[in-house]
Amino acid sequence: MQQLLNTLLTGLTLGMVYAAFALALVLIWRSTRIINFAQAPMAMITTYVALTVIDADYSYWVGFTAALLSGLVLGAAIERLVIRPVEGKPHINAVILTLGLFIVIHAVAALLFGSRYRSFPAPFGVRGFQVGEVNVALTGFGIFTIGSVVVVMLLLVALFRGTDLGLMMRAAAFNQEVARLLGVRVGRMFTLGWALAALVGSLSGLLIAGGSLVHPSYMDSAVVFGFVAAVLGGLDSPVGAVVGGLVLGVSLSFVSGYVGSELVALAALGILMVVLLLRPGGLFSHATPRRV
Amino acid sequence: MLEVHDLTTSYGAVRALSEVSFAAPSGQVTAVLGANGAGKTTLLRTISGLVRPRSGRVLLDDRDLTRTPTEQMAALGLSHVPEGRGVITELTVEENLRLGGLGAGRFRPADLDRVFALFPVLADRRRATAHVLSGGERQMLVIGRALMADPRVLLLDEPSLGLAPRVVAQIFALLRGLVTAEGLTVVLVEQNARSALSIADHGVVLNLGRLVVRAKASVLAADEQLRHAYLGF
Ligand SMILES: Nc1ncnc2c1ncn2[C@@H]1O[C@H](COP(=O)(O)OP(=O)(O)O)[C@@H](O)[C@H]1O
Ligand SMILES: [Mg+2]
Repeated sequence: MQQLLNTLLTGLTLGMVYAAFALALVLIWRSTRIINFAQAPMAMITTYVALTVIDADYSYWVGFTAALLSGLVLGAAIERLVIRPVEGKPHINAVILTLGLFIVIHAVAALLFGSRYRSFPAPFGVRGFQVGEVNVALTGFGIFTIGSVVVVMLLLVALFRGTDLGLMMRAAAFNQEVARLLGVRVGRMFTLGWALAALVGSLSGLLIAGGSLVHPSYMDSAVVFGFVAAVLGGLDSPVGAVVGGLVLGVSLSFVSGYVGSELVALAALGILMVVLLLRPGGLFSHATPRRV
Repeated sequence: MLEVHDLTTSYGAVRALSEVSFAAPSGQVTAVLGANGAGKTTLLRTISGLVRPRSGRVLLDDRDLTRTPTEQMAALGLSHVPEGRGVITELTVEENLRLGGLGAGRFRPADLDRVFALFPVLADRRRATAHVLSGGERQMLVIGRALMADPRVLLLDEPSLGLAPRVVAQIFALLRGLVTAEGLTVVLVEQNARSALSIADHGVVLNLGRLVVRAKASVLAADEQLRHAYLGF
């Protein structure tokens, strides 16, 4: 009973982090048809920004905010400087550029911050608590992880569903040409989309780092799990990304807890294959075909 | 008044428009006719800046729009309803309409009511995803959406495509009403020449990217030789 509960809680916490990372990928994919392979190193470098701020004796929260803001700026800058110049060319060009960025950002991080392991603080305890006889594995930081991802998601829903700007962003994502004819500044919407995606990616970077170690490659496995979560959800659907992240997190937690932690990567692949065999478009695929 | 002067547009080596000149007078309907591949869609896309001309100019009430980015056209009074209608099917009916006002920088709830009064079927389905609309309803939606920007000039690319004759007649009658009541200027691209000429004041005929005829609609409709040569009826 205790193990079941704790496996589930660990899975949900982990799933939330995957969900955030998957959401970052989906936000870019659905508006530009680009898989941003640089998402992991982008989140890595913004986490180093937080670490630098914290090491300079500012509080965790100042570092946290600095990381999210630098994510916004980094996302916007990459869209403007790297992606925009190949707009209108085959999407593969931009995808390869994001792969190039993957390498470049790694190198820059190693130069600026060194490649040794450094510990990253957590703002809340990383120990569970006791309810009667039962040891509950939900930690203060786990609650913070779930809560912060939920808050970010609710804010994104409010933006996309509840504001004029969000409506224009969705229009630009769904149909660039028509949006342009209606007067939507499509380029600005894409810049903003990249900025928001990088912010969400930065959050996942901070959450993975919390109470753990960072080095220039610490996010690289997240790209695999985040990508699997995004594909599980259908790549096009923000809700799907979140559900995909949770499904993956809980499943992998059970595999790790009951079967063996060395099988986690294999299990992720297995889940992906099963879902894609049953629903080739992902869990949340739309029936409507779309112009790409 | 919308004018184009010596407009030439190419796709790589393929020349789709050759030195096309005509004027669409204010408050009137100008039909642009011609066979499939004549260059009608290219003409509208060049006017709204989706493709850039090799040479020539586009003027709206004497303002040069030739190099103006597409995104600014709606706010300047030029609305283009593209071929295949351009409904954003993932958005609701109301969101599509709001977007028409927002993009032009002038969303007003009163405009929404006006469009719903014009097309009551849209009011009934305002919260539905546009995906569920029929072809005729989609055409009403995109015309309504264009009206949300309060345009001076409305470019329509084959609005009758795929619609039942009864629906085409209904939509064309409504268009004619708007032109008469509000002084809207319409450039109506059609392969369905007979229907288009029934509501147009003027007509121009494109053939292989060249403008071959420019005349009053009634004259075009009555000229048997011309009808046979270019208009297919
Ligand atoms: N994107 C494009 N690339 C290359 N050629 C094109 C493109 N669009 C249209 N054309 C060519 O330009 C000519 C005019 O096409 P179009 O303007 O679509 O004609 P219409 O709308 O009258 O049917 C045709 O020969 C067509 O094949
Ligand atoms: Mg056409």
